[in-house]
Amino acid sequence: MALIDEPLLRSATLGDRLQLAAAGSWTAPHAAGLEALIDDAVARGRKLSRVELNMAAVENLDTFGAWLLERLLRGCAEAGRGISVTGLPDRFHGIINEAHQSNRTSAEQPHEGVVGSAVAGTKRALATITQDVVLNVAMFGALVFAAMRVVVKPGSLRLTSVVHHLDRVCWKAVPIVLLITVLIGAIIAQQGIFHFRRFGAEVYVVDMLGILVMREIGVLIVAIMIAGRSGSAYTAELGAMKMREEIDALHTMGLDPIDVLVLPRVLALVIALPILTFLGSMAALYGGGMVCWLYAGMSPDIFLGRLREIISIDHFEVGMSKAPFMALVIGIVASVEGMQVKGSAESLGLQTTASVVKSIFLVIVLDGIFAMFFAAIGK
Amino acid sequence: MLSPIKNDAVIRARDVVVVLNNQTVLNQLSLDVMRGEVLGFVGGSGTGKTVLMRTILGLVPKRAGSIEVLGVDLDKASERDRRSIERRWGVLFQQGALFSSLTVLQNVQFPMREYLRLSQRLMDEIAMTKLEMVGLPANVRDKFPSELSGGMIKRVALARALALDPEIVFLDEPTSGLDPIGAGDFDELIRTLQQTLGLTVYMVTHDLDSLHEICDRIAVLSEGKVIVSGTIATMLQSEHPWVKEYFRGKRGRAAISAQA
Repeated sequence: MALIDEPLLRSATLGDRLQLAAAGSWTAPHAAGLEALIDDAVARGRKLSRVELNMAAVENLDTFGAWLLERLLRGCAEAGRGISVTGLPDRFHGIINEAHQSNRTSAEQPHEGVVGSAVAGTKRALATITQDVVLNVAMFGALVFAAMRVVVKPGSLRLTSVVHHLDRVCWKAVPIVLLITVLIGAIIAQQGIFHFRRFGAEVYVVDMLGILVMREIGVLIVAIMIAGRSGSAYTAELGAMKMREEIDALHTMGLDPIDVLVLPRVLALVIALPILTFLGSMAALYGGGMVCWLYAGMSPDIFLGRLREIISIDHFEVGMSKAPFMALVIGIVASVEGMQVKGSAESLGLQTTASVVKSIFLVIVLDGIFAMFFAAIGK
Repeated sequence: MLSPIKNDAVIRARDVVVVLNNQTVLNQLSLDVMRGEVLGFVGGSGTGKTVLMRTILGLVPKRAGSIEVLGVDLDKASERDRRSIERRWGVLFQQGALFSSLTVLQNVQFPMREYLRLSQRLMDEIAMTKLEMVGLPANVRDKFPSELSGGMIKRVALARALALDPEIVFLDEPTSGLDPIGAGDFDELIRTLQQTLGLTVYMVTHDLDSLHEICDRIAVLSEGKVIVSGTIATMLQSEHPWVKEYFRGKRGRAAISAQA
């Protein structure tokens, strides 16, 4: 059987000649061993003046064997040593000719130094950041124009699509949003009670919970969850459409993908996030209230009374007014990343990850900017 | 190339029955593919040409019958025997099925990296040899599949199918989606490689020119069975209505006159 016998290259030195006798299967499974033998023969051949190779006993030869033979021939030729090949069966000529013609052009890549590649890497990173900013601003502009077209001609809004996406990002997100925010509210209350108890200031937990949830935590937690849940879905959908040339198809039919795909999605998100923020904040207060009642023995009456004293409409407005802007950021980042997807499955994965990471980052940055803004106007 | 003996069957399918979604796609199908031949497999759309190929490859389960590849029944073979058979065949899928996150060179090296313990230098050299064999320039080596044209994808996929120097190559519609000149070149390439490497080629095709140009034997699939098999001359003499329409219809006649 061909698979059992080893490829063999026996060598013997005879005066100033190296005699090589090849045998067995010069095929892929034996290529690793044969390569070592061939390189060894080339090294030894360089020291002598002539190399003679007898191929008569070779039973099988494939591309691997043919290429290694070619490597031996080239190795000897480079060193200026004559080589003669005898006994090569006729049936191998075709494949040996193929090997003879290949790898003639060197495909060596130019190498940059460490400093060079570091500089080039930094340049690329800066270019990517600049490009990101430009693309996001451009998408914002395109959305504003699309929205203006809708204002001028309300009939052009794709209402079915908006409702469909509203169902997906708002209605179907309600259970998970409620669950997470109830837990967050409960945890904040429990931690507050645990630490405030030492001062006998348990009742101030209601202040902390109310202000934190209404102003910051409610909207932030919901926005981060929606970025992970719906932003990633938008990127993946748009990216897959980009990959399969569906977006190009829309262009050729004279339709603007911004109108058809992006605007309904972003609009649904801008409507959904305030609703979810409201529900999430209420759920967080409910969770916190339950913990106050069960863990600290604060009756719901006292909790609600304290809450009413502390929370003004201002706190509620601050929290809620941030929600649509955060939705806009998530929507824009998700759409830009989706449109950036190239042909490969890997690129789709990369852009989806980038979409979530960037939108969460921007949501937090935006929250910080809002904090400064509201502090400045004294709310 | 492993054995100089000709005319033994490398694929032997007997009474194969495949049922998909309660529909009998292949019904008691039997087929032999001889060593060193180019078999063209034709049939109307949806008659199960690709299903048969996928059944032979073990991608679609069969309900009854047996398939031997290179003398081994893959259902009864041990995992190890299966693996050793799998490295003796190469498959060119219809859309190329190149790994989109690997470069052209890495795609061709992938089977070598998995099955053989070779030095990086040898893998690079062999992969470049394969790429040159399928007629691609050296500068495609670092491109990704998404940067290639349809014809180039088919060529790279063929180079990958040939990476381990298989004995059998399965080609699923190799010339579909190529322009007529490109398709002609590809036919010629398959022929040259088949002769150089001593391959057995199992080719699913719709291309009448390919059938005329490079197929030694043609098998026609209809109603879940091979209804006719033989050379192109046999096809032209057949009185089966579908075969008659296919080979002697308008397009069939055009292909014949192109041959003349």
